[in-house]
Amino acid sequence: MSMKYSTKVMEHFANPHNVGQIKDADGIGYVGNPVCGDIMELYIKVKDDVITDAKFKTFGCGAAIATSSMVTDMVKGKSLEEALKISNKAVAEALDGLPPMKMHCSVLAEQALHSAIDDYFKRRGLPSPVKIKPDAHLHMGEGEKAHVKEE
Amino acid sequence: MRTVYLDHSATTPVHPDVVEAMLPFFTEEYGNASSIHRFGRNARVAVDEAREKVARLLNAQDQEIYFTSGGTEGDNLAIKGVAWALRDKGDHIITSQIEHEAVLNTCRYLERNGFEVNYLPVDQYGMVDPTDVRKAITDKTILISVMHANNEVGTIQPIAEIGAMARQREILFHTDAVQTVGKLPVDVKALSVDLLSMSGHKFYGPKGVGALYMRKGAKIQPLAHGGHHENWKRAGTENIPGIVGMAKAMEICYQELDIVSKKESQLRDALQKGIQETIADVRFNGHPTQRLPGSLSACFQALEGEALILSLDLKGVAASTGSACSSGSLEPSHVLKAMGVPIEIAHGSARLTLGRSNTQEEIDYVLEVLPQIVDRLRSMSPLRPSKEVC
Ligand SMILES: Cc1ncc(COP(=O)(O)O)c(C=O)c1O
Ligand code: FES
Repeated sequence: MSMKYSTKVMEHFANPHNVGQIKDADGIGYVGNPVCGDIMELYIKVKDDVITDAKFKTFGCGAAIATSSMVTDMVKGKSLEEALKISNKAVAEALDGLPPMKMHCSVLAEQALHSAIDDYFKRRGLPSPVKIKPDAHLHMGEGEKAHVKEE
Repeated sequence: MRTVYLDHSATTPVHPDVVEAMLPFFTEEYGNASSIHRFGRNARVAVDEAREKVARLLNAQDQEIYFTSGGTEGDNLAIKGVAWALRDKGDHIITSQIEHEAVLNTCRYLERNGFEVNYLPVDQYGMVDPTDVRKAITDKTILISVMHANNEVGTIQPIAEIGAMARQREILFHTDAVQTVGKLPVDVKALSVDLLSMSGHKFYGPKGVGALYMRKGAKIQPLAHGGHHENWKRAGTENIPGIVGMAKAMEICYQELDIVSKKESQLRDALQKGIQETIADVRFNGHPTQRLPGSLSACFQALEGEALILSLDLKGVAASTGSACSSGSLEPSHVLKAMGVPIEIAHGSARLTLGRSNTQEEIDYVLEVLPQIVDRLRSMSPLRPSKEVC
């Protein structure tokens, strides 16, 4: 099983974009990955339903850091509606793919984004369009189930 | 870019003298050791000489050495071999929670096939308590298997004590000595072991070759059936260059054992001290004194091990980690877990294992880049180190 990262992943890992916090964020997402124990925090600034800035903090592997970097790049300038359509697959594809074992790390990025947008709506007392599935955090990337321990 | 190799527990470079000893057996002395003609005879002599060397260095007899394809096969042959040979006598096996997968998964396989296995705990330093072994023994116990030194944290186990006890109870005792042969004196008599597995590539020999010591009188079933090779215990044409190379490597390691282990442990101690002085919130794993000379395992809080290893690699430093994200199974190191290291701390583990050619200069370089890397990853992390766990 190849564990090799694409050049793009390594670039984003070595020099991640948008690291940090936003002090007066309009939405903060905080998710933990039950698969491996990693944690991602994602901050968004919103103006007229458009994400104007995004930052992250991640405790996780190379893929988790690279997907955090990529997803925060991708959402900037997007409307909340468009941002919600960004799937973990799209993030992985933008990074020229992830090893199958590492697809769940991109799920973490998608969840962090959804959680930040959800928080944005909740803070404003508005009904949230985000459907956080009860089992969302346990969702695994394709190809990954096959690699869960033999036992 | 400068490279520093600190992953000698994973594998080692082949020593140049070993390569030289192996070369003729690829192109000139390429005979099959089972053939009658001169090519075959020369190959047979080479295997016999290698067997003598390995036997002598383990304080064993020639007939007690069986060449294998490496540590994994040796562990499998010892454990399954004994289990299948003695299943009429009993169905109980004792091992520890910190064994290599080659032992653990073999035991799990046997569990699925009707055997009962006890996986003994370890203390905070990764040490098995011989008293626990004694308590676990039943009249159904046919095998005890405890590794000589652990590959992740380097803790050296009380093998002689366990061996004496097993001998007294007439239970076969196997030790996985893959991490100790070539690095520590290994005397099968002093350790009272009946079976011992070793692997060439961990001590400057080639990959894909190893040996199993089996004391005269011990009984095993072979795994590979075929020809008469290795006294019917392991069929297959011998890997002559590999066998010759492994024996040569072992000889070199034991000739230079004292100087090399002294040098390795001095450099390791310098590395540990340097890390302690420059990086906060680090926890060192493994036994403070009963530890392999080149072995250093540390947990850096609030960062993840794979990210640390990738960052080190970008600076040319090769090391490894037991973090969940890197394990392939997405579970943190079973060794650190057994030692009671909290999961989130185990997540930031790094293993740095030194070898014979590492230098002080290299250690200085690592101590220059490591603090920067740790700072960078911690600055990206939403977690703060917590004092209590260190
Ligand atoms: C303790 C231990 N046992 C067994 C093995 C497996 O040895 P090999 O790689 O020769 O199959 C290793 C190394 O990977 C090891 O460190
Ligand atoms: S986030 Fe843990 S494996 Fe990627």
